[in-house]
Amino acid sequence: MAVESHLATPLQTTPLLACHQALKARTMPFGGWEMPVQYQGITAEHQAVRERSGMFDISHMGKFLLEGMDLIGQLQPLVPSDLSVLKPGQAKYTVFLNESGGILDDLIVYYHGQTNTGAQAITLIVNAATASQDLEWLRQHINLDTLTLEDVTPERVLIAVQGPEAIALLQTLTVVDLKQVSRYGHITGTILDKPAWFARTGYTGEDGFEIMVDATLGSLLWETLLAKGVQPCGLGARDTLRLEAAMALYGQDIDSTTSPLEAGLQWLVSWEKPDFIGRKALMTQKKQGVSRQLVGLQMDGRHIARHGYPVKALSTLSETPSEVSANSTGEVTSGSISPTLGYPIALAYVPTALSQIGQHLWVEIRGKDYPAQVVKRPFYRRTRTP
Amino acid sequence: MSFEYPEDLRYLDSHEYVRLEGEIATLGISAFALDQLGDIVFVDLPSEGDVVTQGEVFGNIESVKAVEDLYSPVTGTVVEVNTPLADNPEQLVEDPYGEGWLLKVRVAESLSLDDTLSATEYQLQVDGE
Repeated sequence: MAVESHLATPLQTTPLLACHQALKARTMPFGGWEMPVQYQGITAEHQAVRERSGMFDISHMGKFLLEGMDLIGQLQPLVPSDLSVLKPGQAKYTVFLNESGGILDDLIVYYHGQTNTGAQAITLIVNAATASQDLEWLRQHINLDTLTLEDVTPERVLIAVQGPEAIALLQTLTVVDLKQVSRYGHITGTILDKPAWFARTGYTGEDGFEIMVDATLGSLLWETLLAKGVQPCGLGARDTLRLEAAMALYGQDIDSTTSPLEAGLQWLVSWEKPDFIGRKALMTQKKQGVSRQLVGLQMDGRHIARHGYPVKALSTLSETPSEVSANSTGEVTSGSISPTLGYPIALAYVPTALSQIGQHLWVEIRGKDYPAQVVKRPFYRRTRTP
Repeated sequence: MSFEYPEDLRYLDSHEYVRLEGEIATLGISAFALDQLGDIVFVDLPSEGDVVTQGEVFGNIESVKAVEDLYSPVTGTVVEVNTPLADNPEQLVEDPYGEGWLLKVRVAESLSLDDTLSATEYQLQVDGE
């Protein structure tokens, strides 16, 4: 049995590292950062978010502030979504594409509205591992003579507070009326009487906010939330939570070789937009149909289908493993046991013909084939309170 | 964090332990490794009558986070499998050197454990991880 050992590579650390160490968190390298994987244990942290509230240090994520008179106009060619419909205080989940329609990164575009000089202001939150590449991509495609682009990643702390009790807990720390912020809405205000930005977004499938504050306020905010009983959660629980919610993880479920149409992200493509990078390739895919689709799999037994495992189809109508074709037809991109559902779930790319709900498939796990079934995504959907 | 490593056991650097009593070897996983793995989902073990081979994979352990191969410190025939573990993997973490054993293996008299680590040697190794 091999147990991960720490690498000697220098890693970036968030301003909250001391908080994590005080809680005896286990850390690991992630996207070039030393990040907490777990505090109490993945299952306990996962359940806290589903049933009460949990918090995540996500300060590693790339945070870019942009301002300019024609900012939205300049960003439009970089994303397949229509940013012109964004009203101040609204946000959109979208992707950067390459010319072949492959996903360079997934990100959220938060539109703040116009500054008093009339400039449009936007915050982009991108993945940690792709942040420097995104910055380069932006610099290549926008006119920096008319726009400002500031990477505030090191100076800001970003904490996600998620779960059914998250908003009520946060409300005790701010005068901002959080309930008035709609899903994917965001607002600037104060927390603990210091400047803060609140975004009603997340990566867990639960309601909650992501709060950005100055790095100097980070530890106090973290400690305050901790004292209020919010469960600290690591990347382990973040992964099982987002998987249950069937949210893609960049670098695993989506990357520069997968298109939004294959990944089930066609809803974010605005076909009315006359042009954006990757549009031609996506149009061709749309006309011809994509050959593979990202699907949700549910395993019958306890064996977990993990990243990279081959997915196979039956070579005949028989449903015994001996009839499973020797060749794989697809691949698992993410998999875990679902702490909420109690059985293993996975995301996998499979041929479009085998992507229908109810389709029986097999996953090869360490040389043996185990039965799986295509199921609806998300695996878990929170019950919304009216 | 410090864990207990009983003196009467021998350990592999891959974190399995063996307790040799006459011709019966009891195999299990060290407390350190179980802690590193986190929430255990299940353990895949061979069946009674199967042969395990020193240095080779005899099963694997799956946690929420990862799956890891289990290596056998001995060669021999499996005489007993801790089947209740399948339904109750928490037992592994609660009592890794007692109720959390995995297999009992009948080994040859000539068995040598020279390549395994003593509790002290093993402790030194994991302290470095």
